[in-house]
Amino acid sequence: MTMTPLPSAEPTATPLLSVTGLKTYFHTFAGVVKAVDGVSFDLALGEILGLVGESGGGKSMIGFSIMGLIDPPGRIEAGEIRFEGQDLLRLDEARMRGVRGKRIAMIFQDPMTALNPLYTVGNQLEEMLRLHTDMPAGQRRARCVEMLRDVGIPQPEERLDSYPHQFSGGMRQRVVIAIAMIAGPRLLIADEPTTALDVTIQAQLLRLMKRQVEQTRASLILITHDLAAVSQMADKVVVLYCGRIVERGPTARLIRRPAHHYTRGLLDSIPHDDRSRRRLHQIPGSVPNIRALPPGCAFAPRCSAAQPLCREVEPVLAEFAPGHAAACHFPLEAKL
Amino acid sequence: MFGYFTKRLIQIVVVLWAVSVLVFVMMSFTGDPTYMMVPLDATEEQIAQARRLLGLNDSHLVQYGHFLSSLVRGDFGRSFVFRQPAMQLILERLPATLEIVILAMAIALVVAIPLGVYAGASPERASSHAVMAGSLVGISLPGFWLGMVLIYVFAVKLQLVPSSGRGPTQELFGLRVSFLSWEGFRHLILPALTLSVGTLAILIRIIRAEMMEVMKQDYIKFARAKGADRRGVLFKHGLKNALIPLVTVFGLMMGDLIAFATLTETIFAWPGIGKLLVDSIYRGDRPVIVVYLMFVAFMFVVVNFVVDILYAVIDPRIKVK
Repeated sequence: MTMTPLPSAEPTATPLLSVTGLKTYFHTFAGVVKAVDGVSFDLALGEILGLVGESGGGKSMIGFSIMGLIDPPGRIEAGEIRFEGQDLLRLDEARMRGVRGKRIAMIFQDPMTALNPLYTVGNQLEEMLRLHTDMPAGQRRARCVEMLRDVGIPQPEERLDSYPHQFSGGMRQRVVIAIAMIAGPRLLIADEPTTALDVTIQAQLLRLMKRQVEQTRASLILITHDLAAVSQMADKVVVLYCGRIVERGPTARLIRRPAHHYTRGLLDSIPHDDRSRRRLHQIPGSVPNIRALPPGCAFAPRCSAAQPLCREVEPVLAEFAPGHAAACHFPLEAKL
Repeated sequence: MFGYFTKRLIQIVVVLWAVSVLVFVMMSFTGDPTYMMVPLDATEEQIAQARRLLGLNDSHLVQYGHFLSSLVRGDFGRSFVFRQPAMQLILERLPATLEIVILAMAIALVVAIPLGVYAGASPERASSHAVMAGSLVGISLPGFWLGMVLIYVFAVKLQLVPSSGRGPTQELFGLRVSFLSWEGFRHLILPALTLSVGTLAILIRIIRAEMMEVMKQDYIKFARAKGADRRGVLFKHGLKNALIPLVTVFGLMMGDLIAFATLTETIFAWPGIGKLLVDSIYRGDRPVIVVYLMFVAFMFVVVNFVVDILYAVIDPRIKVK
């Protein structure tokens, strides 16, 4: 296992990634979609962050904003994405290409479509080394074999010459993970990496990802709607609703003592393996039309604890314990 | 693989047979060739004798039997006009046609691929709209008109290239070709350009449409996330996925140009097979027309065969079967 050289250990508390006031809007004919609306969070080297929310909550767009891959009609309107000390939003395209894949890598949701069907797995893996290293061809192949073995693909020498359609979904996602990790990125963004896969292999792949980032001391942003997965993986959690952060905090505390009613709802929707066989909880209603959000708290129409105030004034994110903050006028935490 | 070739071979035979029936029927009901064969002042007796010799008194079925059996024996008849085997006439003129068609297709590809890829990758840009408008003009221009305009501008006014005819030829693998000498090549330019414009315009539109579809795919975004540059994303990951429809149309258009470059060859007095066809129709040279049609059918079957092979080369998910 070749370890990528670690950056010189900085004693400073500067986080690896620091997102501040990020706003990513989509200008569609039907109106402006505020997919990401003023999101801020920090991520330290080696940390795992879970970005949680329902579908359509703008989680993926945070990942693509960091990668600089927002396409029209989408646009980053405001904010700062500071990574290793530089603001990614100010980098030109050529320098951003040097960040993509090499410093920040991304894993897509659907491994069936993320790989190019016309090239061998080896070719697509090796492409990363061609793009980001000056490794000679012979070494590249050896490194690819090693990487495939590392992500648990049997007979890597032969599999290198196979095409994506000759792999199962889980194996393809392993290939995608190998591609993401092979250039030794400092930050891995995994966008719903197990959603499209069989339940039986979801846990395997999550463990694989965790091991990969731990081995290389990289950081991970795990974007998912699966709070159960997050609770096993992440050091801290950011909960998003309609493009805004409704709660963030250290994983253990947030899971045990959620402050926002939306987080509570998400937690209650997780099936427990106890014998009670009670009906699963569900959050009433659905995500509102993001083009025409109601005034006040976006979650108010679905919230059982909503008061008139909630429908008029938008709550701000307020910290009430170290690292634990929620945007709610009547947080659950306050009762404690 | 072996089964595939056998199947293809059977297909060729069936297509050629079907074409032979069509050709025979067309020929049998479009006039009597006897009058082409006999002198103008022939007597009734001489005409009757000629009809007997040509077997025209037999039933259509018997006539078709004779026609088919000579085809099978490789006897495609002799030209009434040139008194030469008809097949030989076509093969002699084929290199001239192939020359301008191959050059035309090369021009079309070299221009259409970058323009189509660009227009498909950035369809909203003004320059892409300009490319599309240009291609519409290219499709709409009639080839004979374009040929004459090119002759007027480049041959008559600017005198850069000759206006018509084929230049000096050299022998290459037993074929007479003209692209080896500069003078010969100069003669190729205008006819090839004329032929290429329509094809090029259509190819641009096909490539653009395919690229627009391909660029929406996840693997394109993933390639960008890997840090690939624009050229790598567009040509390595994008274009290859857009090739299948392109190859199909390209093959058919190439066949079409070879078979029916007639107008262009006529305008430029280019001694290819298209011009031979027109001349033979004027002269009622029936054997040449028959062989020509058989040859065209055969060529299209071969083109389809090559296209099929290319599919499998491009896309590993497609198996030749």
